[in-house]
Amino acid sequence: MKKMNRLLTLIAVPAMVLAACAAPPTAPAQPAQPAADKKFAGITINAITFSGPQIAEPMQRRGKEFSEATGATVNVITVPFADLYQKILNDFATGTNSYDVIVFAPQWMGDYIEPGYLEDLTDRVKADPDLQWEDIGPFFRDFSATYNGRIYTIPLDGDFQMVYYRTDIAKDLGLAPPRTWDDYLAFAKAVSEKKLTTDDGKPVYGSCIAKKKAAQSYWMVTSVASAFIQSQGTGQGAFFDLETFKPLYNNEAFEKALNIYKETTQYGPPDEINLDVGDTRGLWTAGQCALTIDWGDIGTLAIEEGSKARDKTGAVILPGSTQVLDRKTGKLVDCTPELCPHAIDGVNHAPFAAFGGWSGAINKASKPEVKDAAFAYLSYMSQPAQSNVDVTIGKTGFNPYRISQFKDITNWTNAGMSEQAAKDYLGAIEASLNSPNMVLDLRIPQNQYYQGIVLDGAIAKFLAGEQDAAATMKEIEEGWEQKTEELGRDKQLAVYKATLGVQK
Amino acid sequence: MATLTSSSAVTATAKPRGSLGERAAPAAFLLPAVLVVLFLSIFPLILSLFLAMSRLRFEAGGVQVQFVGWDNFRKLLVGTEQKVLFGTLSEPSPIGWLLLIGVATLMLAAIYRAVREARSVGAVIARTAAAILLIGLTYLIVATLFSPEGRPGTLVVTMLYVAVGITLQYLIGLGLALLCAQQLPGRRFFRVVFLLPMMITPVGVGYLFRMLADTNKGPLEPVWIMLGMQDFAWANNAWGARVAVMIGDIWQWTPFMFIVLLAALEGQSVEPVEAAIVDGASNWQIFRHITLPAILPVSTTLILIRMIEAFKIIDLPNILTNGGPGTATETLTLYAYRIWRALDIGGSAAIAYILLFLVTFIATLYVRAIRNRLGTT
Repeated sequence: MKKMNRLLTLIAVPAMVLAACAAPPTAPAQPAQPAADKKFAGITINAITFSGPQIAEPMQRRGKEFSEATGATVNVITVPFADLYQKILNDFATGTNSYDVIVFAPQWMGDYIEPGYLEDLTDRVKADPDLQWEDIGPFFRDFSATYNGRIYTIPLDGDFQMVYYRTDIAKDLGLAPPRTWDDYLAFAKAVSEKKLTTDDGKPVYGSCIAKKKAAQSYWMVTSVASAFIQSQGTGQGAFFDLETFKPLYNNEAFEKALNIYKETTQYGPPDEINLDVGDTRGLWTAGQCALTIDWGDIGTLAIEEGSKARDKTGAVILPGSTQVLDRKTGKLVDCTPELCPHAIDGVNHAPFAAFGGWSGAINKASKPEVKDAAFAYLSYMSQPAQSNVDVTIGKTGFNPYRISQFKDITNWTNAGMSEQAAKDYLGAIEASLNSPNMVLDLRIPQNQYYQGIVLDGAIAKFLAGEQDAAATMKEIEEGWEQKTEELGRDKQLAVYKATLGVQK
Repeated sequence: MATLTSSSAVTATAKPRGSLGERAAPAAFLLPAVLVVLFLSIFPLILSLFLAMSRLRFEAGGVQVQFVGWDNFRKLLVGTEQKVLFGTLSEPSPIGWLLLIGVATLMLAAIYRAVREARSVGAVIARTAAAILLIGLTYLIVATLFSPEGRPGTLVVTMLYVAVGITLQYLIGLGLALLCAQQLPGRRFFRVVFLLPMMITPVGVGYLFRMLADTNKGPLEPVWIMLGMQDFAWANNAWGARVAVMIGDIWQWTPFMFIVLLAALEGQSVEPVEAAIVDGASNWQIFRHITLPAILPVSTTLILIRMIEAFKIIDLPNILTNGGPGTATETLTLYAYRIWRALDIGGSAAIAYILLFLVTFIATLYVRAIRNRLGTT
């Protein structure tokens, strides 16, 4: 009996502790019973995205609202970002079709649309006035949502990389926001040499860039390289030559970018090459960074409670260069009006639309009634009434992508941003969006291999000091060429050209 | 009755020949088990070999599988991925050369012994092939790890984790087991405590160590500052990162060694120990000549099991460093996983086959070495 009592205690105590930790002292929530008269009563939508909490959080929150309004049940399934691409592709290719809605990177569209896995949404979009399609920024409509002239996704997020700087530090040290990458290095170096600290004695680093391997570092280096490689407008492309489909990553321009990228490490946190975006964002809001490269998230995270960078966060378009690549010779040459027609005061800016913004698509194999509900759900999330609020909340991971979100700053000031900060932040995004020299992210079949494996792997070795810039560029060129030969040069070139058909 | 008699007579005078059903019965009973083995073990092995020689592409209406022969292996062994797999080979240091010469001498001696013992041609060839492979592996290790300019690839990093991890896990596990086998106060409590790390999933251990090892905001930050190491980041340093991974792995798997060795220690016969004490043997002599031989069979099996498992390490390097800095902490499994995520399924399967070959080769060598040592066949 004593043994039995001990056994019961052993089982009961941890169970009680777990129960106490897990459940708030409220009555258990009853699943909402869909009213029979609701439009999508009894329909279940399975949606997959990455295990944020960003992106998943608004999907769950808006999903609940959508359920209450329509009777549909929305299940949000999350997987780590690194697994999302192949998880979706495996599900589609094997005919499992577990997911009705996918919220993913538009970069992967080629791999999903070409085999015919995604529903063409063109007619649904045209028939949905509540979506206010024309309010969505032209870039997101044309790049994130469209493939071969047909609409396949509903944009939920707008993604560009920008440079953020600490306005208070710039003022104190008499530094101007960086216009060129040399300015960026000078700014970072000046802060680093000052050995500034936060109020609680933590060091302030000159520059914080997420450089972790197999994470998002390859976008960061592309942000640096873009201004050196592309100068003739979006259609020129910044990854491959439009005639030969030879990589543009083995020349003086990319070498310069590599050296800049590596030099920033000197002014960053000691473990910068093991920091992912979440880590650098944490450092920014802790007031420990003077400069960073990031998507729009920093602007909203900086105004969240507890942030030490509130009203001290300035944003500018990605810095540019006064020298660009001469593609015939592979040399860096000075900008001329012919060579850099879009330069501003002699500086060629090439803002990089890294990732392209989270977008929602519908599985073509889903049942017709589920597709209807799924479209209504995506439309609901994207409609201005919802999205104009969500883009002002840092934890959603959503950044502005609608014209109304740039024109009206009320939502931003309501969210806690000062008027100046809002204008600064939205101004930088708008400047990127309006740039005729925007660099489109790679969207060819198996871009995940080109960027996530070859480029990322080579950059990681370069940052770790395992190889020099020349070996890094050679490795990228050889790796990309090999994959191109495997997949077919002509086919890849045709898709690449098609994706660059977007002109602003 | 007549029928029975007749049947008995037939049985007694002629070769037993049952009906078709009777003759097929053994095969029919065995077939399900054979099919299960074929389906679960042999078939996936063959299929994955086919995948390792293929290139998969997702296209309209399904998956296109293109047979490419040895191309995936060629890419790994002599192509663009060679540096990732083998690392950067360079002139070995004097210690490296000594090590290589030592191994080569041993191997040549083994081949000579096989020839002298007049073993079969097949056995000599097999031993020679094994010797060449082992010398090759040793050269790979000395040209990357014991070389100032060298850098180990995923193959050597994996072997490093296995060798260092298992050695330390065994030694620490044995030490703890010896302690807990004593009649010390609180030993029952510590038995449970020492087992706890094994109960945590490897992913959990990865995140635990990631938090602990965060020198910026982790709980040990004040210690780093106190030691004047605030500007040092283990994650930037190849050996720092490898050590971090090894510490996590050792922390997690030492309990496995501990619990099995404790059972072995407690199961050993007390009479020889008591006799040795009466004869005035020291503690070290008792351990060296009685305890160690007693637990040797368990130890060899334990090391073999852990070795096979340790070759598959992925969670810790994946969570702690994603295989970085550079390729410093990347293991074969993590490498395979990384390219599998980018849908290079053929390349990933080829790496898996290289790993299978490596594990089989080293495990076979280990088992043979133990057999020779114990004088069994």
